[in-house]
Amino acid sequence: MNSEDTASATPRMSVTLTVNGKDEHLTIDPRVTLLDALRDHLGLTGTKKGCDHGQCGACTVHVNGRRINSCLTLAVMHEGEDVTTIEGLGTPEHMHALQQAFVERDAFQCGYCTPGQICSAAAVIEEIEAGIPSHVTPDLGDVQFSDEEVRERMSGNLCRCAAYPNIIAAIRDVREGGKA
Amino acid sequence: MKSFTYERAETLEQAAGIVAANAEAKFIAGGTNLLDLMKLEIETPRHLVDINHLGLDRIEETEDGGLKIGALVRNTDLAADVRVRRDYAVLTRALVAGASGQLRNKATTAGNLLQRSRCPYFYDPSKPCNKRDPGSGCSALEGHSRTLAVVGTSDHCISQHPSDMAVALRALDARVNVMSARGGEKSLTLDEFYRLPGETPHIETVLQHGDLITGVTLPKPVKGVHFYRKVRDRASYAFALVSVAAVVDEDGREGRYAFGGIAPRPWTAGGEARAEGGASVIAARALDGARPTGENVFKLPLLERTLKAVLKDAAQTSGK
Repeated sequence: MNSEDTASATPRMSVTLTVNGKDEHLTIDPRVTLLDALRDHLGLTGTKKGCDHGQCGACTVHVNGRRINSCLTLAVMHEGEDVTTIEGLGTPEHMHALQQAFVERDAFQCGYCTPGQICSAAAVIEEIEAGIPSHVTPDLGDVQFSDEEVRERMSGNLCRCAAYPNIIAAIRDVREGGKA
Repeated sequence: MKSFTYERAETLEQAAGIVAANAEAKFIAGGTNLLDLMKLEIETPRHLVDINHLGLDRIEETEDGGLKIGALVRNTDLAADVRVRRDYAVLTRALVAGASGQLRNKATTAGNLLQRSRCPYFYDPSKPCNKRDPGSGCSALEGHSRTLAVVGTSDHCISQHPSDMAVALRALDARVNVMSARGGEKSLTLDEFYRLPGETPHIETVLQHGDLITGVTLPKPVKGVHFYRKVRDRASYAFALVSVAAVVDEDGREGRYAFGGIAPRPWTAGGEARAEGGASVIAARALDGARPTGENVFKLPLLERTLKAVLKDAAQTSGK
């Protein structure tokens, strides 16, 4: 998977990303995923590598305001784009409402999936407000917030500790508090 | 991942020209399936041409009252488009039944059509697979085949097509628009677009190397009650065991139907989406010639029952 034997044959490429509001210039092998660029080249290790195949959601970040799996996209494909990671959502001193709610609701055990859960949850709240339908939306013309909607929309984020009930509660708290 | 070079195409013609001239080049759009397969070295392009910036990201109304969906329209945007939600609800329902929110934000209309098999043996380079390594044999015939196809298969491959979106498009008689690398444009039905495996399961579509899908055209809306019913092992984020896309007439006697999870491409009863009769009649026609394995023979009654459930829901909806 990480065969570097032919790396010398591949010319490196320049790419500029705006990560958490700051322009970052990278010179990288085109094989570098956005996930690896964030973690290994920019030292932003809040974004986690779980499966590296888009199945677990631990690598979820926002690109131009939309949540994506950063493991399934190449950094060089995002020239000039805005990337927001968990480090950009909040800091230990100034936590995002979801980070605060995850703490208050005990919405994790080991915490490995948590940055992806929180990045995904922030987008889920926006997607529901934007009226984007889901598999469980009864009326495609009228999208309403509900626990069922949150469960369905968060299905791309796995939690092996099974903190799901508290994750749902934390997201509900933020939605009801209007602090997303 | 094998090394490759990368460039961002500026025009459609340039993108098609570069790929047509290089047998080891591929287009990349959303990348959610291609990069997954590249990490496993199942796909090993030596050059990637990024087509994300070619303007194929709009949904436009056609002269005859249908919609033209650009190849690069993301699954989320297609599902959420107000015209699609209102007039082609079966398509929205199919889209949101597939993948996860993160993947739908990235995955494109054309990429969804071209996604590769999820057969466990296609994904396992240590095992023979005629789709991945032509002539090596099919491990699924005597192996784990519970999720695989029951009809339209061959002795060389029993893989099923994984898309939900394509099943809805088949029910709607959508057409795939292709810009040929050798010049000219083609418009293909899904039955023309997808090849059955036969003796060459590695060739999945009629596309020639360098051909570029520019979009998908929906005919004008058809009246009826829209459904996409998907049966799967988990409530969310899993591929279909069977699925039914349906637009049922108000009187319930006829409708348009397409089936997923059972064949190498979106499937219909007798080659036409339009069908009349009850679930047992339509399912029997769709499954004519089926060759299930011991592990997936359950899909035959499951398809009929899923269709029966859809028709029952349609009758209740129309009766309101």
